[in-house]
Amino acid sequence: METLFEVLVAAFLVTAGIFGIVGSYGLIKLNDQMSRLHAPTKATTLGVGGVLLASMLHAAAFEKYLSYHELMITLFLFLTAPITANFIAKVHIHRQETRDTMPEAGGDDHWATHDTPEDEERRHAEQTPPAED
Amino acid sequence: MIESAATFAFACFALAMLMNLWKVVTAPDVAVRILALDTMFINAIALMVLYGMALGTEIFFEAAMIIAMLGFVSTVAYARFILRGNIIE
Repeated sequence: METLFEVLVAAFLVTAGIFGIVGSYGLIKLNDQMSRLHAPTKATTLGVGGVLLASMLHAAAFEKYLSYHELMITLFLFLTAPITANFIAKVHIHRQETRDTMPEAGGDDHWATHDTPEDEERRHAEQTPPAED
Repeated sequence: MIESAATFAFACFALAMLMNLWKVVTAPDVAVRILALDTMFINAIALMVLYGMALGTEIFFEAAMIIAMLGFVSTVAYARFILRGNIIE
């Protein structure tokens, strides 16, 4: 039983290390910002998740106590990683792209994040129903 | 077996942090720099949890939690400052 837990913890640690290093290598290897976002936000988050799982398992199997701080950290990281990714992508969209360099926006002529104040007023007027007398 | 696996993970995350630092220094644009700093925060959390596990103490989890929160808030603050020129409007 002891050996089984040792193998499990070691496996989690090794996978976590590999995911972590792949995430950071992707950060320096990929050339375009939008594809560069993928490596740290996915691989590195998974790597940290592996470390936290290994730590939880280690505490439960060898130190004989249950620890759920790790679960909190994991939950927090998994909640915040997409939000930070969204913010960083938005910074990129506003600094490096214009309306003309963005891909097609489907039915509209441009993406809402590139709205000028006039566009916003027009959109607002379209969405609110006319006042009834 | 756990010792060598932990050493391997330590080496991986340390190398990852060095790569992030390299990217922070040589980044062509501020968005890349924010991304690299955010990744450094996450790698720091992993290193702290690993260190706490190696020492067998619980103390480092609180530190890791605080780093996680500070990392999130500071990344959002950087991004908002670049986007709006202001953090709390």
